Amino acid sequence: MHDTMHHPPASLQEACTSVAVHDLDFCYGASQALTGINLEIPANSVTAFIGPSGCGKSTLLRCINRMNDEIPAARITRGGIRISGIDIYDPSVDVVKLRRDVGMVFQKSNPFPRSIYENVAFGLRLRGERHKTLIDQAVEGALRASALWDEVKDRLHESALGLSGGQQQRLCIARTIAVKPEVILMDEPCSALDPIATAKVEDLIWDLKNDYTFVIVTHNMQQAARVSDKTAFFYMGELIESSDTSKMFSNPSIKKTEEYISGRFG
Amino acid sequence: MFDPEKLIRKGLPKGHFKDLVVRSLLGGTTYFVVIIAALLFGKILIDGAPVLFKAEAPFVDFEFLTSKNQTLHVFDDAQGTRHQLPASEYSAYLAKHEGVPIHNEQTYSYSGGGIAGPIAGTALLTLGSMILALFFGVSAAIYLSEYAKQSPFIHAVRLAILNLAGIPSIVFGLFGFSVFVLAVPVITATPSDRSLLTLPLFIGDYVMSFQGWNSSLMAGCATLACMILPVIITASEESLRAVPQGFRDASLAMGATRWQTIRKCVLPFSLPGILTSSLLAITRVAGETAPIMFTAAVAAKDDLPWQGLKSPFDVLSSQVQALPYHIYTLAARIPSSEFTQRAQYGSVFVFLLLVATLSLGSMILRAKLRAKLKW
Repeated sequence: MHDTMHHPPASLQEACTSVAVHDLDFCYGASQALTGINLEIPANSVTAFIGPSGCGKSTLLRCINRMNDEIPAARITRGGIRISGIDIYDPSVDVVKLRRDVGMVFQKSNPFPRSIYENVAFGLRLRGERHKTLIDQAVEGALRASALWDEVKDRLHESALGLSGGQQQRLCIARTIAVKPEVILMDEPCSALDPIATAKVEDLIWDLKNDYTFVIVTHNMQQAARVSDKTAFFYMGELIESSDTSKMFSNPSIKKTEEYISGRFG
Repeated sequence: MFDPEKLIRKGLPKGHFKDLVVRSLLGGTTYFVVIIAALLFGKILIDGAPVLFKAEAPFVDFEFLTSKNQTLHVFDDAQGTRHQLPASEYSAYLAKHEGVPIHNEQTYSYSGGGIAGPIAGTALLTLGSMILALFFGVSAAIYLSEYAKQSPFIHAVRLAILNLAGIPSIVFGLFGFSVFVLAVPVITATPSDRSLLTLPLFIGDYVMSFQGWNSSLMAGCATLACMILPVIITASEESLRAVPQGFRDASLAMGATRWQTIRKCVLPFSLPGILTSSLLAITRVAGETAPIMFTAAVAAKDDLPWQGLKSPFDVLSSQVQALPYHIYTLAARIPSSEFTQRAQYGSVFVFLLLVATLSLGSMILRAKLRAKLKW
């Protein structure tokens, strides 16, 4: 699995993309979901968001690629988010182009009811890519990178819905990396998967993190500890603590964090 | 304490007779409906099927379907033989036997020949109205389901559309008459006297005259489309909403625009629902009499819709015969007799066959497409 890693162009590897959230307040209508979030997400690493349900971690994740724009009455009331120094909520930013650079994998795997090949080629076709060989190469590259190639290479043109749950989720990751984004957001990607499929997705994240900046929301403490370099703990719409994962799990500086991590609430 | 003796019943169970009465009452009403349906279809089948089918190959009497509607002449010739001839053959007969007297002549309007005209008219009306209704209906459904924000105003719009579906078809007929037949604007050099308003266009002699399209195929199509629009909108919106939100999210998160998302990830998967509901809508459009009575239909017409036209576009502005209206004419305008039955039952039978085929088609289509597109 590890020897089939996919290498994006050098320029991407060198670019030090990082997501910077500053003083962010976010509201759904009248109810405030996030208050005063300040967070730096380093490039080419894995950052985990943890916290009890409804603490705002998914909301923050969806702010990073502006998926919250789709929700009526949801808006940022203060502060903002910068990716590589660019304010992504600036009116001049094209949200469609932003989402091409900031991919997203959802909690519930959602492959299109088309062939495996078409699923991975979807983003390329959106970009107007018509060259068959180029698409073939990109599809193979993405499937290899997501460690799915050996399992599906003989049935690329069969429906993606015939895959198992874990394979479907890896297909969604392949679909996302096929277009070579810089940041990949994952919203509880393993919550519906069994432990073996979860391990495969985690391996995948570990393998790919040199090429992409990962932000992963998880309810699973062990997963956060296993897969992430940096962890941020949210509670009631506030960022309680963020630090290196090793420090966070061995020696958290705030009592609330320790209580949550050790399972005393949440 | 628990007493096993009490579980053993003596005599009939409690409430046995009440149960029996309720059961037979409910069952009776159900089978009453079945009996009505069986009588209706049986009568039409027995009297109508012989018109269309015959005992020897090819078993179908295509003449009834493909020849024009004519007046039937019934008469005795000199030898006392009874003849039943449609108008064209009747004049040929007279020309051939010139000078030979005929006796007891009777004529029956609309009863001779076939029903090619009404079939063609209904086909054109259905086709035209479905094109209009699908274009407007699917567009409105996409807007309501994908673009419009859920506000009280949009709820009111949706409610208005639902209410529109409940309006009796005769009201649509009158609406179509007052709007499409009498009032919609046309561009012409010679405005009619009853034009409601004429606006100069400053291009030659042309003016925009609000004089309507007269009773014509296009007025009929527009009226039928209005009638069926709410059904199409509601059904299409439901099919669009049935597409999982995950597809939209995935597509948007991949950097697709809203329209790309709709075109590639929503419409293709809602098409089965839209198609089946429109097939059912077709059966309704094909069967309605009231909306076309004042707007498009004509009882008798010598030519098929596409015959005798100066340009092909004239088909839109000419009146057509239509199957349901033809049935109405046959039933209400001419006295029933042994000579008119062929046309009457034959038309109804063909009409029912058509509607049944379309319904069956929509059921099969739905089953097939549902099996193919699952998520």
